[in-house]
Amino acid sequence: MKQCIRAAAVAAFSSAGFCGAGMAQQQQNFDAVEIQALEVRENIYMLVGEGGNITMQVGDDGVLIVDTQFAPLSDKIVAAIRAISAKPIHYILNTHHHGDHTGGNANLRAAGTTVSGGNMAGAIRDAGVGAAIVAHENVLLRLSSETGPQATPSGGWPTSTFFGAKKELYYNGEGIEIIHVPSAHTDGDSIIFFRQSDVISSGDVFVTTSYPFIDTASGGSYSGFVAALEKLVDIIIPVYGQDGGTLVIPGHGRVSNLGDVLNYREMVIVVGDRIKSMIEAGMTLAQVKAAKPTFDYDPVYGARAGAADRFIEATYQSLGASPGEPR
Amino acid sequence: MTRSDALRAGARAVVLAGAWLAGAASGQVNLAGVWSMTLTEDFPDRLPGPELGDYAGLPLNAADRMRARSWNATILSLPDYQCRVHPSDYANSFADIRIWHEIDTTTQQLIAVHIQHFAWNTQRTIWMDGRPRPHELAEHTSMGFSTGEWVGNTLKVTTTHLKEGWLRRNGVARSDAATVTEHFIRHGGHLTWSVFVDDPKYLEEPFFRNRDYTQSEAVSIGAYPCESVVEVLLPEQGYFPHYLPGDNPFLIEFARNHKIPSEAAMGGAATMYPEYRKRLAELPPP
Repeated sequence: MKQCIRAAAVAAFSSAGFCGAGMAQQQQNFDAVEIQALEVRENIYMLVGEGGNITMQVGDDGVLIVDTQFAPLSDKIVAAIRAISAKPIHYILNTHHHGDHTGGNANLRAAGTTVSGGNMAGAIRDAGVGAAIVAHENVLLRLSSETGPQATPSGGWPTSTFFGAKKELYYNGEGIEIIHVPSAHTDGDSIIFFRQSDVISSGDVFVTTSYPFIDTASGGSYSGFVAALEKLVDIIIPVYGQDGGTLVIPGHGRVSNLGDVLNYREMVIVVGDRIKSMIEAGMTLAQVKAAKPTFDYDPVYGARAGAADRFIEATYQSLGASPGEPR
Repeated sequence: MTRSDALRAGARAVVLAGAWLAGAASGQVNLAGVWSMTLTEDFPDRLPGPELGDYAGLPLNAADRMRARSWNATILSLPDYQCRVHPSDYANSFADIRIWHEIDTTTQQLIAVHIQHFAWNTQRTIWMDGRPRPHELAEHTSMGFSTGEWVGNTLKVTTTHLKEGWLRRNGVARSDAATVTEHFIRHGGHLTWSVFVDDPKYLEEPFFRNRDYTQSEAVSIGAYPCESVVEVLLPEQGYFPHYLPGDNPFLIEFARNHKIPSEAAMGGAATMYPEYRKRLAELPPP
């Protein structure tokens, strides 16, 4: 049940419902969803449907995708990939464990393959079956600990995990950094930096459509969220005046550049500072909500019902105050 | 017709009347060349910049007002903000511009009109070849994506895909959902550049601004390089200068110095209209 409550919050954030990876996928009708592909750079695409944005890198080696949206969309996603490249899908990278980003893992994995041989094939008999799913180890822990009918099937779990600051790949002629940003949106977030293409796939530590969803029940925190945005700002180099240069494919929303990330970071810090000052003034969560610390940003980020309240609650709790217990 | 519609219609009537008076009967006026800014009563707003807490006559809504009141000029010292360029709907407030036309050498059709602003050396392109707008989820930029058409002798430009910007340099934000409509009207050696900003998120009504230019004999405008530097040591993480609600000590200065009631200084659509004078008479002095 706790999992379902958590998932309900994520559902409101991600515009499509889910509980774990399955419940709302069964309830929601995806028939009308179209997968659109936007070319971001010559070999990088953003696939948009329902759920988190998918980043796709294509080249001579094959196809690599970041995140997989919902399982019922997998056939359409594969079709969108095939419209751009006939090469095999070798890698799936997950930015975090939420079902709107991992729901299609098992299907997309099954649509791909892993190059195997030598020691690897001898020791692991199914090493070549399906694409590799790469993520921070907390993604595996979260997905594999789900129980009940909504649990993510084992075929959708990461097959290759890391626990350090980052993991590196070289694929399709460029270095790819999978950089862990601790305790941000969740405790398993990674941002993916395509070094030659100069594109970052940010997952939900940066979105353009809503306030941050800080999933404190999954290890997310306000300070970690700010740190993740700072990390993005550190990596991005614009052409001039905050435009162009390094581009960011956000977890949800439109292709972005440095200026967009700075604007988002500004909002997160300004609202956080206001909540911090209210906590220091001894205000309860209810009083903080009533004071509307997000009022000036609501026209931009507050369209989703409850998004502002969830952001306030998570920030309030993350900054050290329990609801109803003023400091 | 709402008051907003009336404002738009009236302003457009002025714009088009100006265009008809300007010259030739059919479109494609040559706008090319260097144009020098003409500074008159708008000098304080265009060069020194607006005063803190001066939102009078701006149709900003309550949310935008709160953002403006939180704004702290210290952000201009942050390395990431030092070279932040003016968005295309604000860039005409500054200095000289150079306009040139891109012509297909075979067909002699106009492909695009380009503008270079002296301020921050930004360039924008106004596509005249009928190309479609980018996907709504494509990158938004400071210059946006602009298409143009001739309405009589006036170049009418529509811009979308703008990144969040500002209506004024004192913290009045303009959202990334804005659509901007511009008119470029040449009157011999003079150019009028009008800007309509329609922002459904931060404006109660569209915002309208005119800027005037005079034709120059110069062939180029000055360079304006910008390089960020660390000016002061700042906290490494989680720092963004702003004022908490009620803490900004500078908001009262404009109203007090100019003897304008505080309510009027805070702007809003009502403050744009002549009838607001009646309301002014009822308000206490600052």
